[in-house]
Amino acid sequence: MNGKLAVVLLFLPPALLLFTLFVALPMGEAAWYSIFNWNGYGTPENFVGLKNYELLFQDRAFRTALVNNLLIIAVSLAIQLPLALAMAILLADRFRGAAMFRMIFFVPYILAEVAAGLIWRFVYDGDYGLVAKIATILGFAAPYVLADRDLAMHAILVVIVWKYFGFHMMIYIAGLQQIDPNLYEAAHIDGATGRQVLWRVTLPLLRPTIMLSVFFAVLGSIQFFDLIMPLTKGGPSDSTQTIVTYLYTYGVTRMRIGFGSAVGVVLFVICVAFAFGYNRIKMRDE
Amino acid sequence: MAFRPIIAIGFFLAAGISAAVAADVRVKLLHVEQNPQASAFLKEVARRYAAEHPGASIDIQYLENESYKKKMTTLLQSPDRPNIIYSWGGGVLREQVKAGVIEDLSSAMTGVWRERFSPAAIQAYTLNGKVYGVPMQVSQVGFFYNRDLFAKAGVDAASIKTWDDLLAAVKKLKSAGVTPIIAGGGDKWPIHFYWTHLAIRNGGKSAFEAALRSEGEGFAAVPFVKAGEQLKQLVDLDPFQPGFLGATFPQSSGQFGDGKGAMVLQGNFMLNSMRANSADKKGIPDEKLGWFPFPTTAGGKGDASDTLGGLNGWLVTKGSPIQAVDFLKFFSNPEFQREAAARGFYIPVAKGTQDAITNPILRGIAANIERSRYHQIFYDQMLGPSVGAVVNDVSADIAAKVITPKEAARAVQQAWQLAN
Repeated sequence: MNGKLAVVLLFLPPALLLFTLFVALPMGEAAWYSIFNWNGYGTPENFVGLKNYELLFQDRAFRTALVNNLLIIAVSLAIQLPLALAMAILLADRFRGAAMFRMIFFVPYILAEVAAGLIWRFVYDGDYGLVAKIATILGFAAPYVLADRDLAMHAILVVIVWKYFGFHMMIYIAGLQQIDPNLYEAAHIDGATGRQVLWRVTLPLLRPTIMLSVFFAVLGSIQFFDLIMPLTKGGPSDSTQTIVTYLYTYGVTRMRIGFGSAVGVVLFVICVAFAFGYNRIKMRDE
Repeated sequence: MAFRPIIAIGFFLAAGISAAVAADVRVKLLHVEQNPQASAFLKEVARRYAAEHPGASIDIQYLENESYKKKMTTLLQSPDRPNIIYSWGGGVLREQVKAGVIEDLSSAMTGVWRERFSPAAIQAYTLNGKVYGVPMQVSQVGFFYNRDLFAKAGVDAASIKTWDDLLAAVKKLKSAGVTPIIAGGGDKWPIHFYWTHLAIRNGGKSAFEAALRSEGEGFAAVPFVKAGEQLKQLVDLDPFQPGFLGATFPQSSGQFGDGKGAMVLQGNFMLNSMRANSADKKGIPDEKLGWFPFPTTAGGKGDASDTLGGLNGWLVTKGSPIQAVDFLKFFSNPEFQREAAARGFYIPVAKGTQDAITNPILRGIAANIERSRYHQIFYDQMLGPSVGAVVNDVSADIAAKVITPKEAARAVQQAWQLAN
């Protein structure tokens, strides 16, 4: 008992201090700022109650941002993760070239977001870009993908899948390598087909890993920001805004820190609700 | 997608170490000049200052225009802020002064130094009777055009006097297979020149001042709604280069320099941007480049000589060493300003320098501003960051055909009411 208390006394304070300093305190501050009309200079004085939240939920651009975030989550779960899993299953076995392919697929994840965004801005460029070249060769008019309100978000989704599937692939490869090879051997001896092995052995045993990667994918999707800035800055006409780019554009750059804080609070509530809700589901299933 | 926790402890450690003790005074200056020659000139002036003032050095730093504007609020409240910053005056300056981060230069700017500038230039940097900045350059927004492409389509720039003339020219250029207008729609503010200049032509100074006083319908009044309708007339002709909604200002200046379109509506600083961003790093040579003022509108109350543009200068931040002010005094002396004028970097505001301008277009613009009785500072700067951004938004949205002129004017008025 005494030993346990010592451990608590030793390890709790640093974590508690850091958490308070970098999570609880800023969050409390944001909540406080969000009830003021404040431009970021000096101290907030102009109390406006819940007006910032009212404006936020009336704003069409914010609704677009929410829809875009949902779209990113959907694409992450429905396309990115299955793709990552398929690649992981192909590359988990040790064969010649496996390491090289793993590296190639992982490289986009290592690239800085802004650099990756700029590279793709060139790829999508309607005058000199790769997409335009391919379109002209195929006999179409060169599309200006990022300037098109209907196409821009889809173009960004492609970049998102390209950029992050390698990360999830690596998580899955690590998970796959922990599965006991004897189980596969047993399944083989019992005459299981490939499909049966996948559904009865691989996926059930990979379940904790998948749960983890879904968690990362959803939280990352909700907070998505840095690829969009170099690509479209949330444009054209707010069609590629996400919650965080919305916060930056309408809060930070316009010196409306009170309003931006209100967006931050909403974002925080969404993230916390997801994190706790997800944990409950996970616990119930285990 | 990955979720990455942010570790901020490193910042704390780094902050503690950076307190170095320097023997001599270092003045940090932050600017947005993109043209390598113009920023080399700035560095040269700094070198000359340091040579003449032992123990002082001027550290010149550059930040890209958009990032500069966005970073300034945070930067100005940090103890590590630059000492001299670039300014557009207007509403942003107002907020900065109100926050108490800008040095009052009234007592320093007296006598000969003050007399270098016209009262109007000083007035633009005066708030509550105190001078907060050193005005340095003026600019005017107008149409730059490519003489070759105009000739190809048989358009005579001198005949474009009214908005309808412009629309006719656009149609003519289009039928000749030339992209009529280049615009950096991704940055939005290049489009807001259309909306605001139309409003200036429609309503003149009185309409803008009435809106500032929130008289009548404010920014939702007729001249502003009409400006949107006129812009829509233009937009309906599809005059812009393909993909203009994604193009940034530097990109669009480069496209104009590469001859991808016949006209661009910009301030004269576009020339520097064109040279820096064209494929051949030169752009359109002077003899192939023309300029005409923004056309008048039918029934407009504004005077044809009214100008839209900037009156830019430098500010000194609170708590800066005295050398920061001294450097600006040194920099604004006629010798350097004449050199900047002669080399075509900008149009200086200091008296007795404009005859040094060699570029004919800049010379014409300088004369226009001299003649103008109403020089309107860019709306997006004048109205402050929150309202100004809405003007940019709605202008770009009209160009993207997603809102009506009425909605646009109403959105600006709403933002204005909210902020004031």
